[in-house]
Amino acid sequence: MLPTPAHQGLSLLVGVKRCVDYAVKIRIRPDGKGVDTDVKNSMNPFDEIAVEEAVRLREKHKDEISRIAAVSIGPAKAADVLRQALAMGADDAIHVEVGKDAVLEPLAVSKILAAVTAKEMEKNADEKEAWAWHLGKQAIDDDASQTGQMLAAKLNWPQATFASKLDFKGKFAKGEKVEVTREVDGGLATVETTLPFVLTTDLRLNEPRYASLPNIMKAKKKPFQKLTLKDLGLEEDAKPRLETLEVKEPPKRQGGAKVGSVDELVSKLQEAGRI
Amino acid sequence: MHSSSTRVSGLSKVLHASGDKYASSLPEPLAPLLQELVSSKGYTHLIAGHTAVGRDVLPRAAALLDSSQVSDIVAVHSEDTFERPIYAGNAIAKVKTSDKIKVITVRGTAFDKAALEGGSAQAEAVDAKDAESPTTFLGEKINQSSRPDLATAPRVVSGGRALKSAENFEKYIEPLADALNAAVGASRAAVDAGYADNALQVGQTGKIIAPELYVAVGISGAIQHLAGMKDSKTIVAINKDEEAPIFQIADLGLVADLYNAVPELLEKVKK
Repeated sequence: MLPTPAHQGLSLLVGVKRCVDYAVKIRIRPDGKGVDTDVKNSMNPFDEIAVEEAVRLREKHKDEISRIAAVSIGPAKAADVLRQALAMGADDAIHVEVGKDAVLEPLAVSKILAAVTAKEMEKNADEKEAWAWHLGKQAIDDDASQTGQMLAAKLNWPQATFASKLDFKGKFAKGEKVEVTREVDGGLATVETTLPFVLTTDLRLNEPRYASLPNIMKAKKKPFQKLTLKDLGLEEDAKPRLETLEVKEPPKRQGGAKVGSVDELVSKLQEAGRI
Repeated sequence: MHSSSTRVSGLSKVLHASGDKYASSLPEPLAPLLQELVSSKGYTHLIAGHTAVGRDVLPRAAALLDSSQVSDIVAVHSEDTFERPIYAGNAIAKVKTSDKIKVITVRGTAFDKAALEGGSAQAEAVDAKDAESPTTFLGEKINQSSRPDLATAPRVVSGGRALKSAENFEKYIEPLADALNAAVGASRAAVDAGYADNALQVGQTGKIIAPELYVAVGISGAIQHLAGMKDSKTIVAINKDEEAPIFQIADLGLVADLYNAVPELLEKVKK
Protein backbone atom coordinates (compact mmCIF):
# COMPACT_ATOMS: atom_id res chain seq x y z
CA MET A 1 0.00 0.00 0.00
CA LEU A 2 1.10 3.51 -0.72
CA PRO A 3 1.91 5.66 2.30
CA THR A 4 -0.70 8.30 3.10
CA PRO A 5 0.50 11.64 1.72
CA ALA A 6 1.23 14.44 4.21
CA HIS A 7 -1.62 16.43 2.78
CA GLN A 8 -4.05 15.61 0.05
CA GLY A 9 -4.08 18.99 -1.61
CA LEU A 10 -6.86 21.39 -2.35
CA SER A 11 -10.57 20.68 -2.34
CA LEU A 12 -12.32 23.14 -4.61
CA LEU A 13 -16.02 23.86 -4.28
CA VAL A 14 -17.58 25.70 -7.20
CA GLY A 15 -20.98 27.38 -7.01
CA VAL A 16 -23.12 27.32 -10.15
CA LYS A 17 -26.52 28.90 -10.73
CA ARG A 18 -29.12 28.14 -13.36
CA CYS A 19 -30.36 31.44 -14.82
CA VAL A 20 -32.37 32.67 -17.77
CA ASP A 21 -29.91 32.53 -20.68
CA TYR A 22 -28.06 35.80 -21.27
CA ALA A 23 -29.28 36.05 -24.87
CA VAL A 24 -32.99 35.74 -24.00
CA LYS A 25 -35.03 38.92 -24.19
CA ILE A 26 -36.86 38.74 -20.88
CA ARG A 27 -40.60 39.27 -20.38
CA ILE A 28 -42.35 40.60 -17.28
CA ARG A 29 -44.91 38.10 -15.90
CA PRO A 30 -48.57 39.12 -16.24
CA ASP A 31 -48.94 39.29 -12.43
CA GLY A 32 -46.23 41.96 -12.37
CA LYS A 33 -44.33 40.19 -9.59
CA GLY A 34 -41.47 38.75 -11.55
CA VAL A 35 -39.99 37.70 -14.85
CA ASP A 36 -41.06 34.73 -16.99
CA THR A 37 -38.39 32.10 -16.35
CA ASP A 38 -39.99 29.30 -18.42
CA VAL A 39 -37.59 30.14 -21.22
CA LYS A 40 -34.14 28.92 -22.18
CA ASN A 41 -32.02 28.66 -19.04
CA SER A 42 -28.31 27.99 -18.78
CA MET A 43 -25.38 28.24 -16.40
CA ASN A 44 -24.68 31.79 -15.20
CA PRO A 45 -21.76 32.93 -17.43
CA PHE A 46 -19.60 34.01 -14.48
CA ASP A 47 -20.04 30.54 -12.95
CA GLU A 48 -18.79 28.90 -16.15
CA ILE A 49 -15.62 30.93 -15.62
CA ALA A 50 -15.46 29.69 -12.01
CA VAL A 51 -15.70 26.05 -13.13
CA GLU A 52 -13.17 26.62 -15.91
CA GLU A 53 -10.67 28.12 -13.47
CA ALA A 54 -10.99 25.12 -11.17
CA VAL A 55 -10.45 22.69 -14.05
CA ARG A 56 -7.45 24.67 -15.35
CA LEU A 57 -5.89 24.62 -11.89
CA ARG A 58 -6.04 20.87 -11.90
CA GLU A 59 -4.63 20.66 -15.42
CA LYS A 60 -1.70 22.74 -14.19
CA HIS A 61 -1.25 21.14 -10.75
CA LYS A 62 -2.56 17.65 -11.29
CA ASP A 63 -1.70 16.00 -7.98
CA GLU A 64 -2.38 19.01 -5.83
CA ILE A 65 -6.08 19.38 -6.55
CA SER A 66 -7.80 16.54 -4.76
CA ARG A 67 -11.36 17.32 -5.74
CA ILE A 68 -13.55 19.70 -7.68
CA ALA A 69 -17.15 19.65 -6.49
CA ALA A 70 -19.86 21.65 -8.26
CA VAL A 71 -22.65 22.89 -6.00
CA SER A 72 -26.01 24.32 -7.03
CA ILE A 73 -29.10 25.35 -5.11
CA GLY A 74 -32.30 25.34 -7.07
CA PRO A 75 -35.29 23.38 -8.36
CA ALA A 76 -34.97 19.94 -10.02
CA LYS A 77 -33.85 21.54 -13.30
CA ALA A 78 -30.74 22.98 -11.65
CA ALA A 79 -29.34 19.46 -12.17
CA ASP A 80 -28.73 20.56 -15.79
CA VAL A 81 -26.07 23.09 -14.84
CA LEU A 82 -24.47 20.61 -12.45
CA ARG A 83 -24.21 18.09 -15.28
CA GLN A 84 -22.60 20.78 -17.42
CA ALA A 85 -20.05 21.46 -14.66
CA LEU A 86 -19.32 17.70 -14.46
CA ALA A 87 -18.88 17.59 -18.23
CA MET A 88 -16.46 20.51 -18.02
CA GLY A 89 -14.32 18.55 -15.55
CA ALA A 90 -15.80 18.70 -12.04
CA ASP A 91 -15.55 15.39 -10.15
CA ASP A 92 -18.85 15.35 -8.33
CA ALA A 93 -21.98 17.39 -7.88
CA ILE A 94 -24.01 18.48 -4.88
CA HIS A 95 -27.57 19.61 -5.55
CA VAL A 96 -29.46 21.35 -2.78
CA GLU A 97 -32.95 20.96 -4.16
CA VAL A 98 -35.65 23.50 -3.40
CA GLY A 99 -39.18 23.95 -4.75
CA LYS A 100 -39.73 25.44 -8.20
CA ASP A 101 -41.04 28.71 -6.80
CA ALA A 102 -38.67 29.03 -3.85
CA VAL A 103 -37.10 32.46 -3.55
CA LEU A 104 -33.55 32.37 -2.27
CA GLU A 105 -31.70 35.60 -1.61
CA PRO A 106 -27.87 35.72 -1.63
CA LEU A 107 -27.89 35.80 2.19
CA ALA A 108 -29.81 32.50 2.28
CA VAL A 109 -27.58 31.03 -0.43
CA SER A 110 -24.49 31.98 1.57
CA LYS A 111 -25.88 30.19 4.63
CA ILE A 112 -26.67 27.08 2.59
CA LEU A 113 -23.24 27.04 0.94
CA ALA A 114 -21.59 27.53 4.35
CA ALA A 115 -23.56 24.56 5.70
CA VAL A 116 -22.57 22.45 2.68
CA THR A 117 -18.93 23.43 3.30
CA ALA A 118 -19.13 22.37 6.94
CA LYS A 119 -20.69 19.04 5.95
CA GLU A 120 -18.03 18.33 3.33
CA MET A 121 -15.17 19.39 5.64
CA GLU A 122 -16.50 17.09 8.33
CA LYS A 123 -16.46 14.14 5.94
CA ASN A 124 -12.85 14.85 5.19
CA ALA A 125 -11.37 15.66 8.57
CA ASP A 126 -7.77 16.02 7.38
CA GLU A 127 -6.41 19.02 9.25
CA LYS A 128 -4.05 20.00 6.47
CA GLU A 129 -6.54 19.75 3.64
CA ALA A 130 -7.01 23.17 2.05
CA TRP A 131 -10.37 24.40 0.82
CA ALA A 132 -11.48 27.12 -1.53
CA TRP A 133 -14.69 28.30 -3.13
CA HIS A 134 -14.98 29.61 -6.66
CA LEU A 135 -18.12 31.60 -7.44
CA GLY A 136 -19.13 34.01 -10.19
CA LYS A 137 -18.96 37.69 -9.30
CA GLN A 138 -22.69 38.08 -9.91
CA ALA A 139 -25.66 36.21 -11.33
CA ILE A 140 -27.08 37.80 -14.45
CA ASP A 141 -30.68 37.47 -13.23
CA ASP A 142 -30.69 39.29 -9.87
CA ASP A 143 -27.42 41.18 -10.58
CA ALA A 144 -26.88 41.30 -6.79
CA SER A 145 -23.13 40.59 -6.58
CA GLN A 146 -23.30 39.50 -2.94
CA THR A 147 -23.10 35.72 -2.52
CA GLY A 148 -19.31 35.22 -2.54
CA GLN A 149 -18.69 38.03 -0.09
CA MET A 150 -21.48 36.81 2.21
CA LEU A 151 -20.21 33.24 2.07
CA ALA A 152 -16.71 34.42 2.99
CA ALA A 153 -18.20 36.27 5.98
CA LYS A 154 -20.23 33.23 7.09
CA LEU A 155 -17.16 30.97 6.90
CA ASN A 156 -14.88 33.67 8.28
CA TRP A 157 -12.58 33.08 5.30
CA PRO A 158 -10.84 35.85 3.35
CA GLN A 159 -12.31 36.86 0.00
CA ALA A 160 -10.88 37.85 -3.36
CA THR A 161 -13.62 39.32 -5.51
CA PHE A 162 -13.80 40.26 -9.23
CA ALA A 163 -10.68 38.24 -9.96
CA SER A 164 -9.04 38.45 -13.37
CA LYS A 165 -5.91 36.47 -12.48
CA LEU A 166 -5.19 33.75 -9.95
CA ASP A 167 -1.72 32.62 -8.97
CA PHE A 168 -1.02 29.95 -6.35
CA LYS A 169 2.39 30.85 -5.01
CA GLY A 170 2.99 28.10 -2.53
CA LYS A 171 1.66 24.64 -1.79
CA PHE A 172 -1.98 23.77 -1.86
CA ALA A 173 -2.28 23.52 1.89
CA LYS A 174 -4.00 25.40 4.67
CA GLY A 175 -2.36 28.76 5.39
CA GLU A 176 -0.55 28.95 2.04
CA LYS A 177 -0.65 32.15 0.00
CA VAL A 178 -2.52 32.94 -3.20
CA GLU A 179 -1.98 36.03 -5.30
CA VAL A 180 -5.09 37.43 -6.96
CA THR A 181 -5.40 40.30 -9.42
CA ARG A 182 -8.76 42.04 -9.05
CA GLU A 183 -10.64 44.36 -11.37
CA VAL A 184 -11.33 47.60 -9.51
CA ASP A 185 -12.64 51.01 -10.60
CA GLY A 186 -9.96 52.60 -12.73
CA GLY A 187 -7.67 49.59 -13.11
CA LEU A 188 -6.33 46.49 -11.39
CA ALA A 189 -5.36 45.75 -7.79
CA THR A 190 -3.32 42.81 -6.56
CA VAL A 191 -3.83 41.17 -3.19
CA GLU A 192 -2.26 38.23 -1.45
CA THR A 193 -4.64 36.08 0.48
CA THR A 194 -4.52 32.83 2.40
CA LEU A 195 -6.10 29.40 2.02
CA PRO A 196 -8.92 28.68 2.67
CA PHE A 197 -10.57 31.54 0.77
CA VAL A 198 -13.49 32.53 -1.45
CA LEU A 199 -12.82 33.67 -5.02
CA THR A 200 -15.35 35.44 -7.25
CA THR A 201 -14.61 35.50 -10.94
CA ASP A 202 -14.66 38.40 -13.34
CA LEU A 203 -15.15 38.03 -17.06
CA ARG A 204 -11.51 38.21 -18.02
CA LEU A 205 -10.25 35.43 -15.76
CA ASN A 206 -10.52 32.90 -18.59
CA GLU A 207 -12.48 31.66 -21.60
CA PRO A 208 -14.67 28.71 -20.53
CA ARG A 209 -14.49 25.51 -22.59
CA TYR A 210 -17.36 23.73 -24.24
CA ALA A 211 -18.18 20.30 -22.88
CA SER A 212 -17.37 17.65 -25.49
CA LEU A 213 -19.86 14.87 -26.24
CA PRO A 214 -17.71 12.09 -24.67
CA ASN A 215 -17.32 14.22 -21.55
CA ILE A 216 -21.07 14.83 -21.41
CA MET A 217 -21.55 11.04 -21.52
CA LYS A 218 -18.89 10.47 -18.84
CA ALA A 219 -20.50 13.13 -16.65
CA LYS A 220 -23.60 10.98 -16.29
CA LYS A 221 -21.61 8.43 -14.28
CA LYS A 222 -20.06 10.91 -11.83
CA PRO A 223 -21.26 11.04 -8.19
CA PHE A 224 -24.30 13.25 -7.68
CA GLN A 225 -25.44 14.08 -4.12
CA LYS A 226 -28.87 15.45 -3.34
CA LEU A 227 -29.60 17.47 -0.25
CA THR A 228 -32.57 19.45 1.01
CA LEU A 229 -32.80 22.52 3.25
CA LYS A 230 -34.13 20.16 5.89
CA ASP A 231 -30.98 18.01 5.71
CA LEU A 232 -28.98 21.18 6.38
CA GLY A 233 -31.32 22.46 9.11
CA LEU A 234 -31.93 25.68 7.22
CA GLU A 235 -35.64 25.64 6.38
CA GLU A 236 -36.32 28.67 8.59
CA ASP A 237 -33.05 30.49 8.04
CA ALA A 238 -33.35 30.50 4.25
CA LYS A 239 -36.69 32.32 4.19
CA PRO A 240 -36.74 35.55 2.17
CA ARG A 241 -36.41 38.92 3.86
CA LEU A 242 -37.32 40.92 0.80
CA GLU A 243 -40.76 41.12 -0.73
CA THR A 244 -40.99 41.97 -4.41
CA LEU A 245 -43.91 44.36 -4.66
CA GLU A 246 -43.70 44.94 -8.38
CA VAL A 247 -41.55 44.23 -11.42
CA LYS A 248 -41.95 46.66 -14.28
CA GLU A 249 -40.43 47.55 -17.62
CA PRO A 250 -37.72 50.17 -17.50
CA PRO A 251 -38.72 53.52 -19.00
CA LYS A 252 -38.83 53.22 -22.80
CA ARG A 253 -36.51 55.36 -24.84
CA GLN A 254 -37.85 57.34 -27.74
CA GLY A 255 -35.06 56.20 -29.99
CA GLY A 256 -34.96 55.36 -33.63
CA ALA A 257 -34.52 58.76 -35.25
CA LYS A 258 -31.90 58.75 -37.97
CA VAL A 259 -30.00 61.62 -39.47
CA GLY A 260 -28.79 61.74 -43.04
CA SER A 261 -25.40 63.37 -42.62
CA VAL A 262 -22.73 64.50 -40.21
CA ASP A 263 -23.90 68.11 -40.72
CA GLU A 264 -27.41 67.21 -39.64
CA LEU A 265 -26.01 65.33 -36.64
CA VAL A 266 -23.94 68.32 -35.55
CA SER A 267 -26.80 70.79 -35.93
CA LYS A 268 -29.24 68.55 -34.02
CA LEU A 269 -26.69 68.17 -31.20
CA GLN A 270 -26.21 71.94 -31.12
CA GLU A 271 -29.98 72.51 -31.02
CA ALA A 272 -30.25 70.11 -28.08
CA GLY A 273 -27.41 71.93 -26.33
CA ARG A 274 -25.28 68.79 -26.13
CA ILE A 275 -22.24 70.27 -27.87
CA MET B 1 -9.68 61.87 7.85
CA HIS B 2 -10.64 64.16 4.99
CA SER B 3 -11.48 67.38 6.80
CA SER B 4 -13.61 68.36 3.78
CA SER B 5 -16.08 65.53 4.52
CA THR B 6 -17.49 67.41 7.52
CA ARG B 7 -18.65 70.19 5.16
CA VAL B 8 -20.73 67.93 2.88
CA SER B 9 -24.30 69.13 3.01
CA GLY B 10 -26.67 66.79 4.87
CA LEU B 11 -24.15 64.97 7.06
CA SER B 12 -24.50 65.31 10.82
CA LYS B 13 -21.54 63.24 11.92
CA VAL B 14 -18.33 61.91 10.40
CA LEU B 15 -16.90 58.85 12.14
CA HIS B 16 -13.28 58.15 11.41
CA ALA B 17 -11.15 55.14 12.17
CA SER B 18 -7.47 55.29 11.34
CA GLY B 19 -5.10 52.40 10.94
CA ASP B 20 -2.76 50.92 8.38
CA LYS B 21 -5.01 47.95 7.83
CA TYR B 22 -7.76 50.22 6.49
CA ALA B 23 -5.47 51.84 3.93
CA SER B 24 -6.53 49.73 0.94
CA SER B 25 -10.22 49.26 1.77
CA LEU B 26 -9.82 45.51 2.29
CA PRO B 27 -13.12 43.90 3.28
CA GLU B 28 -11.75 41.61 6.01
CA PRO B 29 -10.93 44.45 8.43
CA LEU B 30 -13.59 46.90 7.15
CA ALA B 31 -16.69 44.70 7.34
CA PRO B 32 -16.32 43.90 11.09
CA LEU B 33 -15.70 47.60 11.77
CA LEU B 34 -18.95 48.50 9.98
CA GLN B 35 -20.82 45.73 11.77
CA GLU B 36 -19.55 46.94 15.13
CA LEU B 37 -20.40 50.60 14.43
CA VAL B 38 -23.89 49.84 13.13
CA SER B 39 -24.69 47.53 16.05
CA SER B 40 -23.21 49.62 18.86
CA LYS B 41 -24.57 52.95 17.66
CA GLY B 42 -28.00 51.68 16.66
CA TYR B 43 -28.01 52.70 13.00
CA THR B 44 -30.89 51.34 10.91
CA HIS B 45 -29.38 51.84 7.42
CA LEU B 46 -25.88 51.06 6.15
CA ILE B 47 -25.35 52.51 2.69
CA ALA B 48 -22.49 52.69 0.19
CA GLY B 49 -22.03 53.35 -3.50
CA HIS B 50 -22.29 50.33 -5.81
CA THR B 51 -18.61 50.77 -6.67
CA ALA B 52 -15.85 48.17 -6.67
CA VAL B 53 -15.20 48.87 -2.96
CA GLY B 54 -18.90 49.06 -2.03
CA ARG B 55 -19.62 45.78 -3.83
CA ASP B 56 -16.67 44.10 -2.13
CA VAL B 57 -17.19 45.28 1.45
CA LEU B 58 -20.94 45.78 2.01
CA PRO B 59 -22.17 42.22 1.39
CA ARG B 60 -19.58 40.98 3.87
CA ALA B 61 -20.83 43.49 6.43
CA ALA B 62 -24.46 42.60 5.57
CA ALA B 63 -23.79 38.91 6.24
CA LEU B 64 -22.17 39.77 9.59
CA LEU B 65 -25.30 41.82 10.41
CA ASP B 66 -27.54 39.00 9.09
CA SER B 67 -29.16 41.45 6.68
CA SER B 68 -30.34 40.66 3.15
CA GLN B 69 -28.64 43.42 1.15
CA VAL B 70 -30.47 45.44 -1.50
CA SER B 71 -27.90 46.13 -4.25
CA ASP B 72 -27.61 48.98 -6.73
CA ILE B 73 -30.82 50.86 -5.91
CA VAL B 74 -32.04 53.51 -8.36
CA ALA B 75 -34.97 54.92 -6.34
CA VAL B 76 -36.08 55.21 -2.71
CA HIS B 77 -39.84 54.91 -1.99
CA SER B 78 -39.67 54.81 1.79
CA GLU B 79 -37.27 53.74 4.51
CA ASP B 80 -37.76 50.07 3.61
CA THR B 81 -38.86 50.10 -0.05
CA PHE B 82 -36.50 50.57 -2.98
CA GLU B 83 -36.25 50.09 -6.72
CA ARG B 84 -33.41 48.23 -8.35
CA PRO B 85 -32.69 47.02 -11.87
CA ILE B 86 -32.54 43.27 -12.50
CA TYR B 87 -31.77 41.23 -15.65
CA ALA B 88 -29.17 43.70 -16.95
CA GLY B 89 -31.55 46.61 -16.47
CA ASN B 90 -34.30 45.02 -18.57
CA ALA B 91 -36.67 45.04 -15.60
CA ILE B 92 -37.01 47.20 -12.51
CA ALA B 93 -37.99 45.49 -9.25
CA LYS B 94 -39.63 47.32 -6.37
CA VAL B 95 -38.62 45.51 -3.18
CA LYS B 96 -39.53 45.93 0.45
CA THR B 97 -37.17 44.67 3.11
CA SER B 98 -38.24 43.30 6.48
CA ASP B 99 -34.70 43.44 7.91
CA LYS B 100 -34.16 45.61 10.97
CA ILE B 101 -30.86 46.85 9.59
CA LYS B 102 -31.07 47.75 5.94
CA VAL B 103 -27.84 47.31 3.99
CA ILE B 104 -27.95 49.03 0.62
CA THR B 105 -25.67 49.91 -2.27
CA VAL B 106 -26.63 52.84 -4.47
CA ARG B 107 -26.26 53.39 -8.21
CA GLY B 108 -24.39 56.69 -8.40
CA THR B 109 -25.89 57.85 -11.68
CA ALA B 110 -29.45 57.54 -10.35
CA PHE B 111 -29.13 60.25 -7.68
CA ASP B 112 -27.93 63.86 -7.63
CA LYS B 113 -24.71 64.67 -5.87
CA ALA B 114 -24.88 66.30 -2.43
CA ALA B 115 -23.30 69.74 -2.23
CA LEU B 116 -19.71 69.55 -1.02
CA GLU B 117 -20.12 72.72 1.03
CA GLY B 118 -22.71 74.08 3.41
CA GLY B 119 -22.78 71.27 5.94
CA SER B 120 -21.31 71.29 9.43
CA ALA B 121 -20.88 67.72 10.61
CA GLN B 122 -19.28 66.78 13.87
CA ALA B 123 -16.15 64.64 13.58
CA GLU B 124 -15.78 61.69 15.91
CA ALA B 125 -12.88 59.26 16.11
CA VAL B 126 -13.79 55.61 16.63
CA ASP B 127 -11.51 52.87 17.84
CA ALA B 128 -9.90 50.80 15.15
CA LYS B 129 -10.51 47.12 15.77
CA ASP B 130 -7.33 45.10 15.91
CA ALA B 131 -8.40 42.05 13.93
CA GLU B 132 -5.62 40.74 11.73
CA SER B 133 -6.37 40.68 8.02
CA PRO B 134 -5.60 37.38 6.28
CA THR B 135 -5.36 39.41 3.05
CA THR B 136 -2.67 41.94 2.25
CA PHE B 137 -2.70 44.55 -0.46
CA LEU B 138 0.25 44.22 -2.84
CA GLY B 139 -0.30 47.05 -5.26
CA GLU B 140 -2.42 48.50 -8.00
CA LYS B 141 -2.20 49.55 -11.60
CA ILE B 142 -4.55 52.46 -12.13
CA ASN B 143 -4.90 53.79 -15.65
CA GLN B 144 -3.43 57.24 -15.91
CA SER B 145 -5.62 59.56 -17.90
CA SER B 146 -5.99 63.29 -18.19
CA ARG B 147 -9.52 62.81 -19.52
CA PRO B 148 -12.66 63.10 -17.41
CA ASP B 149 -13.53 60.07 -15.29
CA LEU B 150 -15.77 57.67 -17.21
CA ALA B 151 -18.13 57.08 -14.27
CA THR B 152 -19.02 60.77 -13.85
CA ALA B 153 -18.20 62.48 -17.17
CA PRO B 154 -21.05 64.50 -18.73
CA ARG B 155 -20.00 63.27 -22.18
CA VAL B 156 -18.66 59.91 -23.27
CA VAL B 157 -17.39 58.68 -26.63
CA SER B 158 -17.27 54.87 -26.87
CA GLY B 159 -15.79 52.59 -29.48
CA GLY B 160 -16.64 49.02 -30.39
CA ARG B 161 -15.44 46.07 -32.38
CA ALA B 162 -15.71 47.93 -35.70
CA LEU B 163 -12.59 49.95 -34.81
CA LYS B 164 -10.60 46.81 -35.69
CA SER B 165 -7.38 47.73 -33.81
CA ALA B 166 -5.94 49.55 -30.82
CA GLU B 167 -4.31 52.00 -33.27
CA ASN B 168 -7.65 52.87 -34.82
CA PHE B 169 -9.20 53.22 -31.38
CA GLU B 170 -6.52 55.73 -30.50
CA LYS B 171 -6.75 57.46 -33.88
CA TYR B 172 -10.54 57.78 -34.19
CA ILE B 173 -12.10 57.61 -30.70
CA GLU B 174 -9.64 59.54 -28.55
CA PRO B 175 -9.41 62.78 -30.63
CA LEU B 176 -13.21 62.96 -30.86
CA ALA B 177 -13.47 62.45 -27.09
CA ASP B 178 -10.88 65.17 -26.52
CA ALA B 179 -12.63 67.60 -28.86
CA LEU B 180 -15.87 67.06 -26.93
CA ASN B 181 -14.10 67.12 -23.56
CA ALA B 182 -15.50 63.63 -23.08
CA ALA B 183 -14.40 60.44 -21.35
CA VAL B 184 -13.53 57.41 -23.46
CA GLY B 185 -15.55 54.21 -23.16
CA ALA B 186 -15.58 50.87 -24.94
CA SER B 187 -17.76 47.86 -25.59
CA ARG B 188 -16.77 44.47 -24.25
CA ALA B 189 -15.84 43.34 -27.75
CA ALA B 190 -13.35 46.20 -28.05
CA VAL B 191 -11.90 45.41 -24.62
CA ASP B 192 -11.65 41.67 -25.23
CA ALA B 193 -9.94 42.28 -28.56
CA GLY B 194 -7.37 44.44 -26.76
CA TYR B 195 -8.33 47.74 -28.48
CA ALA B 196 -9.10 49.42 -25.17
CA ASP B 197 -8.36 48.91 -21.49
CA ASN B 198 -10.67 46.85 -19.23
CA ALA B 199 -11.43 49.86 -17.05
CA LEU B 200 -13.11 51.57 -20.02
CA GLN B 201 -15.75 48.90 -20.49
CA VAL B 202 -19.32 50.16 -20.40
CA GLY B 203 -22.02 47.59 -19.70
CA GLN B 204 -23.52 45.10 -17.27
CA THR B 205 -20.10 43.83 -16.28
CA GLY B 206 -18.25 47.12 -16.62
CA LYS B 207 -19.27 50.68 -15.76
CA ILE B 208 -22.90 51.76 -15.64
CA ILE B 209 -23.06 55.38 -16.70
CA ALA B 210 -25.67 58.01 -17.55
CA PRO B 211 -23.92 60.98 -19.17
CA GLU B 212 -25.70 63.84 -20.96
CA LEU B 213 -24.21 62.72 -24.26
CA TYR B 214 -23.17 59.18 -25.21
CA VAL B 215 -21.63 58.65 -28.62
CA ALA B 216 -21.45 54.97 -29.64
CA VAL B 217 -19.07 54.43 -32.53
CA GLY B 218 -19.01 51.03 -34.21
CA ILE B 219 -20.98 49.42 -31.37
CA SER B 220 -23.83 47.10 -32.35
CA GLY B 221 -25.67 47.45 -29.04
CA ALA B 222 -25.86 44.04 -27.30
CA ILE B 223 -28.19 43.85 -24.26
CA GLN B 224 -25.17 43.77 -21.92
CA HIS B 225 -23.77 46.98 -23.41
CA LEU B 226 -27.13 48.78 -23.35
CA ALA B 227 -27.42 47.90 -19.63
CA GLY B 228 -24.48 50.23 -19.03
CA MET B 229 -25.56 53.30 -21.00
CA LYS B 230 -29.26 53.33 -21.82
CA ASP B 231 -30.02 55.95 -19.17
CA SER B 232 -27.82 58.51 -20.97
CA LYS B 233 -29.75 61.70 -21.81
CA THR B 234 -28.85 61.78 -25.51
CA ILE B 235 -27.49 58.76 -27.35
CA VAL B 236 -25.77 59.11 -30.71
CA ALA B 237 -24.93 56.01 -32.74
CA ILE B 238 -22.62 55.82 -35.72
CA ASN B 239 -22.71 52.43 -37.38
CA LYS B 240 -22.69 51.22 -40.94
CA ASP B 241 -25.16 48.41 -40.24
CA GLU B 242 -28.58 50.04 -40.28
CA GLU B 243 -30.07 46.96 -38.58
CA ALA B 244 -27.78 47.31 -35.53
CA PRO B 245 -29.86 47.23 -32.29
CA ILE B 246 -28.14 50.40 -31.07
CA PHE B 247 -30.33 52.39 -33.50
CA GLN B 248 -33.45 51.32 -31.63
CA ILE B 249 -32.42 53.35 -28.60
CA ALA B 250 -30.29 56.07 -30.20
CA ASP B 251 -31.80 59.56 -30.29
CA LEU B 252 -29.65 60.38 -33.27
CA GLY B 253 -28.46 57.58 -35.50
CA LEU B 254 -26.11 57.99 -38.43
CA VAL B 255 -25.79 55.05 -40.79
CA ALA B 256 -22.27 55.56 -42.09
CA ASP B 257 -18.78 54.14 -42.22
CA LEU B 258 -17.08 55.36 -39.06
CA TYR B 259 -13.77 55.82 -40.89
CA ASN B 260 -15.37 58.62 -42.92
CA ALA B 261 -17.96 59.91 -40.45
CA VAL B 262 -15.76 60.24 -37.37
CA PRO B 263 -13.05 62.43 -38.99
CA GLU B 264 -15.78 64.60 -40.53
CA LEU B 265 -17.54 64.89 -37.17
CA LEU B 266 -14.25 65.73 -35.46
CA GLU B 267 -13.59 68.45 -38.04
CA LYS B 268 -17.03 70.01 -37.53
CA VAL B 269 -17.02 69.73 -33.75
CA LYS B 270 -13.67 71.52 -33.60
CA LYS B 271 -15.05 74.54 -35.46
